[in-house]
Amino acid sequence: MNRGAAVEGRTVTVSIDGRPVEVEEGSTIREACVAAGVEVPTLCYLENLAPVNVCRVCVVELEGSRALVPSCSRKVEPGMQVRTDSPRVRQSRRMVLELLASATDLSAAGEEVHRWIEAYGAEPDRWGEPAPYTADAPTPGSAVTLEQPVKVDNPLYVRDYSRCILCYKCVEACGDQAQFTFAIAVAGRGFDAHISTEYDVKLPESACVYCGNCIGVCPTGALMFRSEYEMREAGTWDPQRQTVTDTICPYCGVGCTLELHVQDNRIVKVTSPLDREVTRGHLCVKGRFGFEFVQDRGSATP
Amino acid sequence: MFGAGGGTSSYREIEETDLIILWGSNARETHPIFYHHVLRGVKNGARLYVVDPRRTASAEWAHLWLGLDVGTDIALANAVGREIIHAGLVNWQFVERATTGFEKYREAVEPYTLEWAEKVTGVPAWAIRQLAHDYARADRAELCWTLGITEHHNAVDNVFALINLALLTGHVGRYGSGLNPLRGQNNVQGGGDMGALPNKLPGFQDIEEDAAARARFEAAWGCTIQPKRGMHISQMFEAMASGNLRGLLVIGENPAQSEADAGRAARLLSQLDHLIVQDIFLTKTAELAEVVLPATASWAETEGTVTSSERRVQRVHRALVPPEGARDDIEILTELARRMGHDWGHLTAEQIWDECRSLSPMHRGMRYDRLEAMGGIQWPCPSEDHPGTPFLHGRLWKDPVEGPLAPFQPVQYEPPVDALSDEYPIRLTTGRRLEAYNTGVQSGRYHPPLAKGEHLHLAPEDMRALGLQEEERVRVVSRRGALEVPVHQDPALRPGLAFLSFHYPDQVNTNLLTVDRWDPKSGTAEFKATAIRVEKLAVPAQPAQDVQTMEVPT
Repeated sequence: MNRGAAVEGRTVTVSIDGRPVEVEEGSTIREACVAAGVEVPTLCYLENLAPVNVCRVCVVELEGSRALVPSCSRKVEPGMQVRTDSPRVRQSRRMVLELLASATDLSAAGEEVHRWIEAYGAEPDRWGEPAPYTADAPTPGSAVTLEQPVKVDNPLYVRDYSRCILCYKCVEACGDQAQFTFAIAVAGRGFDAHISTEYDVKLPESACVYCGNCIGVCPTGALMFRSEYEMREAGTWDPQRQTVTDTICPYCGVGCTLELHVQDNRIVKVTSPLDREVTRGHLCVKGRFGFEFVQDRGSATP
Repeated sequence: MFGAGGGTSSYREIEETDLIILWGSNARETHPIFYHHVLRGVKNGARLYVVDPRRTASAEWAHLWLGLDVGTDIALANAVGREIIHAGLVNWQFVERATTGFEKYREAVEPYTLEWAEKVTGVPAWAIRQLAHDYARADRAELCWTLGITEHHNAVDNVFALINLALLTGHVGRYGSGLNPLRGQNNVQGGGDMGALPNKLPGFQDIEEDAAARARFEAAWGCTIQPKRGMHISQMFEAMASGNLRGLLVIGENPAQSEADAGRAARLLSQLDHLIVQDIFLTKTAELAEVVLPATASWAETEGTVTSSERRVQRVHRALVPPEGARDDIEILTELARRMGHDWGHLTAEQIWDECRSLSPMHRGMRYDRLEAMGGIQWPCPSEDHPGTPFLHGRLWKDPVEGPLAPFQPVQYEPPVDALSDEYPIRLTTGRRLEAYNTGVQSGRYHPPLAKGEHLHLAPEDMRALGLQEEERVRVVSRRGALEVPVHQDPALRPGLAFLSFHYPDQVNTNLLTVDRWDPKSGTAEFKATAIRVEKLAVPAQPAQDVQTMEVPT
């Protein structure tokens, strides 16, 4: 992580909700909160990516600062007084979650997102029923919900941008935070902003190398294993019945840790833990998708 | 290197070094997550050199690509060494204190001038000079290689040529400076660690020279261990050919398709008195066997450990219930032992590991619970309070140097054995593609859009000269075999160079073409250098069904 000009070993003391916390120089407010045992909700931040400050869910109140500050990127300074649970912070987080949930299908997001929506009293319905689906751009002053059919254009993963909150994580993971493939970027501005391959071509015609690192970082299920998507469609996807087991990838000699998600003795998804130095959560196409050979070992040769 | 075989650095150091050389390695495709570390290093300001006959996906990120002719690595490395010496860039502090044999090395590389090397390797003299100066002047530098170095008839000499450069510049034994062979399989390092080498007991203890180690194993196992090395795989095939080896137990390997000169390998395997294959599939090798022992998949259906390219021992866990009838490798081996009169009882992976720890000093501190808690441990780890060793050979920088000095190993350039001629004018080299793996036993069962079937990659110039269109089927002929395959125009290739993978042997059995001449020291065959000719087919392109012939061309 880029610590700027921080000096290793030096520490800074800040106050989080009135409690003093000592953290390494160059840490973020978010890291200080975590050190203080305070949960900070976020959608666009992940430990293995540089913060991009777009979701605004992690904002905190900083004494002396006019605006709320994003805790994921703001560095600590000595004596900072931070409030994570003030009415202003709660109000802001509630609004952001409400607006995101009213405009986007968050039903496949992680359970923590639903917990935050509940905890902050966000009521997406307060904004009325979603506008009907249309493929057309809106006229000024009217509301529309842009029709975004699920993109199923390859055997490995699907893209459902009706679930996308434009957190940029997939773009970062595909770009210079991990994979350096740059197959996707944010195209369009304002209402038209969306995640796109070059010239919006289908994945098999794009630069994509199917590492699936975009799936690994997606917080809302907009990017999903084909296996998970099909099981959800069939109504058989059941995380309660799944086990997650760490093991090492069976391919090359780098030694990447795989988390095998298994339901009914079948691998249904593969992830990698963020806290391992070898992978930092990122895998290649073989590690993430090349597990089929252990399943259905009935037939003779591949 | 200098004793125990393993990379000297950690992946993390690649991110914090000043210069990275990938020599005979297309890590972008073959070790993609290692390449993430390389890219972070480049982002942090490191310069990247890629030495490879092909301008690979890895080379696309390099500050400088050195496109050498296949098999001229020693010519290039010795020229780099000579240039470092002549430019006054030798790290004398290191060479004088920590190495032996510099004078002999200096004499050996003296004829390798930049001009001569340019002629032999095809790399411009200025590029060789630039690599030499940058490598020698860098504060920290990492030299990494893969099978482009080791799949040659003089594999070990190639490795020595690279080690010599690190000794000359002191780029070994310090944080951010090291020598790193990237391992091709998830546990090829662990296989070596565990003594699956002809001359080593577990922990790289020499079976011929280390009497004390032998005595420890004899005491633990209650038997006599011969002070005599065994055969490596290439010698085994020689012994099969001469009739001295009549029975074979093959565990998790598919030599009928993975060996060079695969026609010969399959013939020798089928002539054995007895062939047993233990595998998770009925591979082509298993089809030749009298007995097939169905095994469990070691990474997803059993407990155990594997060792990575940075010497990190990590746990594998059982996540799936294996198919009925498939048995754990441990169970199969103990059962075989029992039938031969040795009852070892029921053993768990952890019990076996604990025995290994008791006999291999470099693994001693690696208790299972520590491996779990620490996300793996890098050897050597001699005691249970030892954190593991991120980089090796720091001892060479101690004052005085601890342990034996590091010897220069002067080596001379020899061209590949399968020489180009008028009849076989094109140099075929083989390798892996990103989405696939080895003979496809594992990777043949998932379907990434990247997999486009096997193609012979040819340089645009050669495509034109042969009058070939994209996807046109051609006949490829070597001195050992012939096959048909569609072609693909690849601007990463220089004229006269062709490329095939060996991932789809049922479609295109690449190893029918390759040459079974192997390195006497490592036993590795020269998969990387085959002389071929490419023949345009008289009839127009046929459907993509497989047409293979094994006749030896006249």
